[in-house]
Amino acid sequence: MAVVVILALVAVASVLFHLLSPWWWTPIASNWQYIDNTIIITFWITGFVFVAVVLFVAYCVLRFRHRPGTRADYEPENRKLEFWLATVTTIGVVAMLAPGLFVWDRFVTVPDDATEVEVVGQQWLWSYRLPGANGKLGTSETRDVTAENPLGVNKNDPAGLDDIIIQGGELHLPIGKPVKMLLRSIDVLHDFYVPEFRAKMDMVPGMVTYFWITPTRTGTFEVLCAELCGVGHPQMRGTVIVDNEADYQTWLEQQQTFTQMMASGETPTAN
Amino acid sequence: MVNIPSSINDPIPPAEVEDVELYHPHSWWTTYVFSQDAKVIAIQYSLTAIAIGLVALVLSWLMRLQLGFPGVFTFIDADRYYQFITMHGMIMVIYLLTALFLGGFGNYLIPLMLGARDMVFPYANMLSYWIYLLAVLVLVAGFFAPGGPTGAGWTLYPPQAVLSGTPGGQDWGIILMLSSLILFIIGFTMGGLNYVVTVLQGRARGMTLMRMPLTIWGIFTATVMALLAFPALFVASVMMLFDRVLGTSFFMPAIAEMGAQLQYGGGSPILFQHLFWFFGHPEVYIVALPAFGIVSDLISVHARKNIFGYRMMVWAIVVIGALSFVVWAHHMYVSGMNPNFGFFFATTTLIIAVPTAIKVYNWVLTLWRGDIHLTIPMLFALGFIVTFVNGGLTGLFLGNVVVDVPLSDTMFVVAHFHMVMGVAPIMVIFGAIYHWYPKITGRMLDETMGRVHFWVTFLGAYLIFFPMHYLGLLGAPRRYHEIGESVVNPPSAHDLNVFITVMALIVGAAQILFLFNAAWSLRRGKDAGGNPWRATTLEWQTPTTPPPHGNFGKELPVVYRWAYDYSVPGAPEDFIPQNEPDPEHRSREHAT
Amino acid sequence: MSVILIFLAGLASIIIWWMAQQRLTSKPWLEAGRASEISAITRSPLPTAKIGLGVFLAVVGALFTLFISAYFMRMGLQDWWAIPLPSVLWANTAALVISSVALEKAKSSALQNDASTMKLALLISFATAIGFLLGQAFAWRELVSAGYVLADNPANSFFYMITGMHGLHILGGLLVLGRTTLRVWQNETPGHAQLSIDLCAMYWHFMLIVWLIIFALFAGWANDFVEICRQLLS
Repeated sequence: MAVVVILALVAVASVLFHLLSPWWWTPIASNWQYIDNTIIITFWITGFVFVAVVLFVAYCVLRFRHRPGTRADYEPENRKLEFWLATVTTIGVVAMLAPGLFVWDRFVTVPDDATEVEVVGQQWLWSYRLPGANGKLGTSETRDVTAENPLGVNKNDPAGLDDIIIQGGELHLPIGKPVKMLLRSIDVLHDFYVPEFRAKMDMVPGMVTYFWITPTRTGTFEVLCAELCGVGHPQMRGTVIVDNEADYQTWLEQQQTFTQMMASGETPTAN
Repeated sequence: MVNIPSSINDPIPPAEVEDVELYHPHSWWTTYVFSQDAKVIAIQYSLTAIAIGLVALVLSWLMRLQLGFPGVFTFIDADRYYQFITMHGMIMVIYLLTALFLGGFGNYLIPLMLGARDMVFPYANMLSYWIYLLAVLVLVAGFFAPGGPTGAGWTLYPPQAVLSGTPGGQDWGIILMLSSLILFIIGFTMGGLNYVVTVLQGRARGMTLMRMPLTIWGIFTATVMALLAFPALFVASVMMLFDRVLGTSFFMPAIAEMGAQLQYGGGSPILFQHLFWFFGHPEVYIVALPAFGIVSDLISVHARKNIFGYRMMVWAIVVIGALSFVVWAHHMYVSGMNPNFGFFFATTTLIIAVPTAIKVYNWVLTLWRGDIHLTIPMLFALGFIVTFVNGGLTGLFLGNVVVDVPLSDTMFVVAHFHMVMGVAPIMVIFGAIYHWYPKITGRMLDETMGRVHFWVTFLGAYLIFFPMHYLGLLGAPRRYHEIGESVVNPPSAHDLNVFITVMALIVGAAQILFLFNAAWSLRRGKDAGGNPWRATTLEWQTPTTPPPHGNFGKELPVVYRWAYDYSVPGAPEDFIPQNEPDPEHRSREHAT
Repeated sequence: MSVILIFLAGLASIIIWWMAQQRLTSKPWLEAGRASEISAITRSPLPTAKIGLGVFLAVVGALFTLFISAYFMRMGLQDWWAIPLPSVLWANTAALVISSVALEKAKSSALQNDASTMKLALLISFATAIGFLLGQAFAWRELVSAGYVLADNPANSFFYMITGMHGLHILGGLLVLGRTTLRVWQNETPGHAQLSIDLCAMYWHFMLIVWLIIFALFAGWANDFVEICRQLLS
């Protein structure tokens, strides 16, 4: 009996825990509401299956536990039952997979009007580069990284001279505009992770990876690193501030371009 | 190829089978130490795996102490923390689970369950264990090497694994780790050849593939997979060793480390991840399939009912094994690989859910109308069903590419894989030990201690890992020595971490009870007799218990039926051993 | 990774072919009491050692295929300069071919119970295989002295690593072949030596094929082949 009660309790308590848990995702601040919705669908389907299976087991133990004189049934298989169970499972799987793939398609298709912002990870610091007046980011190369040029921006590429460099400071983003985050690392793997944005992607040295978001809520958000990058991994924090357009422009004007930075000969400190 | 006879009344052919030539040990050394008897090797493998597993258990205590009470235990600094999680992960996955399921249970059960005298290549089998032991020693040497073991995380992702920002990266740690893996793979290949070829060639007469117990099917398929998947880890390890020691750039792009340019260039860290997960994902099923097989047998024996849908169970094992080779990149959705791969790998991953679900249905349908004896192995089997279903279902979150994006690299992942390939297989391991201990030693394990051990382990482990998913949902990243103040670490999350730590300490301590039970019962346990569970499979039909070298006395058994003749209508007992001929030579056209 | 997937697909078809003969759709619970018809298919008539070697070669095949997979993936990145192949490799290839042919001869003469030819063939095989290894070492030295060192370029690194791995496998095979040859020279009968010669030949032919593939790979022919496939597909 104890076994039955405890098994049933496991199922019921798990559901109650889910419903009453104070540990739930952070309030979303980007357009990826779709992802949250897909998770909710998945929770419903999987939660149902979990409770059904565990309660069924509990019922079996209650009903068919050993009593003297009883004998088990002899039933090698039941094709019909197996067929139906497999079919229902397939439907459940499709119900999760289809919205998942649909949203993934959106996730990997960057809108044409997205502005580019580059995030550069290094042990254990976030830096950013925004396109300057020409709206284009210059090329860059890890080989060009020096103390004066910490992001390795190509000095010979005219497109890069007016790029805005934020070395170790805060990143501001305008609300309501799609941004393509170009992710680059100059040493090891990192992962640009803002919990409220939902999106994240590894940064791989030697490659430029990306994801895109549209910020939907102003506020200050914490950047964490989500890919183990050495002992300083937990200390690799940064800040992203989503501004309204006016505040964003004010902030943007205060930033230093690559040319100015090279001229001043020292890296700007966090503002 | 196969000729089905016209009459089922054909006489059984004479029992003359070509017998294997056994190596007969002459001294204490060759009997107990350098033994070529699969059963002795199995025990050697198991004890070594459990011993190193205890080290990993203590490491998990230490890391939980840090997570529950950050800053209190000052000796667990960031370096040590990362070394602990790395060694914990690697030991548990490879040196405990893989070694115990295949080297331990595989060695013990394959010859016995198939009615063979021994493995087909006993000498290679012995070498396999000694190389495994050497691999374990090299691994442990990391703790004593200058700089300590590697702290690169068990995935050993380059470039950080070989750089100075990671503990052991520029010291001995990573070199010892990679060398140990290479040794393990060489040793495993020797053992694995034995397991596969013994199943192919060593079966007793009448033991067709479809009469094999599911335990053997699980171990057999897992071994085939392991033989083909481990080379990927071997290649990755050799290449990384070259990068670290000889300065090549297989995985190393141009790197400016702390402002200094390194001598590397052009390599691809993603290449390592492909190789690693090409091994790493099948590895999950290398652990899971033996567990699936064993738990099927536990449920069947202790519910006194044939496993429901045996054929479907066999096909599902084979299909899962095959599919698991085309899903590896679902570990890499946010790795920066071509995002279009996501469509393919999400689809293949979720397809695996179907055969896996069928297995779960068949386990619970075996309970339906069974005669369920709530023995300790059965309790562990029930514990397995609950934890495996839980962990398997959260896999549907992580496999479904876009859902994985917010959850990847969070505590959700940690909770998921601990539930599905930590707790669930370990439930099976314990169930299997309680089930076969009487055969190995001739004595039963103590029942009361067993029950306490089960409830504390099962409920405790569930309480550790079920709530942990919600930390991940909240956004808490994994592999953080200390999260500190953060939106993903509110005070309530800290309280939860304290709770999890306390549970982890309790569950760990409960294993001492198990070890005590195993040692105590060795002398004082109840006498088991040859077949205490009244099971059908051949290992319970040996003339003497524990079985001697050669297993079956003078004559090898002949197999007349499948492994699941429980509660057959009309039979005098509720089980018919596999080597018992049908007195009336009639087939039972029963049930559907 | 497509190369390894193709390799595994090949293995899978062998496994499926084998499984198709194992009556995986039979209903075992309806067959109680019959042992006769099934005893015929419980094991393969091939010697167990041969099956063991076959399985082992599948593992070795997977190993080299994975190296080749990695080679192709790395080749796609920038900074790749193919390594010039020393001409001694042609001589090495010839040596390995002779070694294989000699073993085949030893096999057939063992079958015909022709002990003296068998001895000679084994000796030739052993000597040419050693010649192959020496030749490989010479090729390495030549490359190093020409300035193509290991860590210079990924093509170099792959060349040394893969040829080294192949050489180690040949070396391992030489131990077994050496033991077999020794036993034969100590007047083991051809009938007795038959199986071990068979196994050596099987292993040798396999390693020869592996060598031909990696030789083609480094000579660049494989790249042309892949390029043609790519064009056909697109």
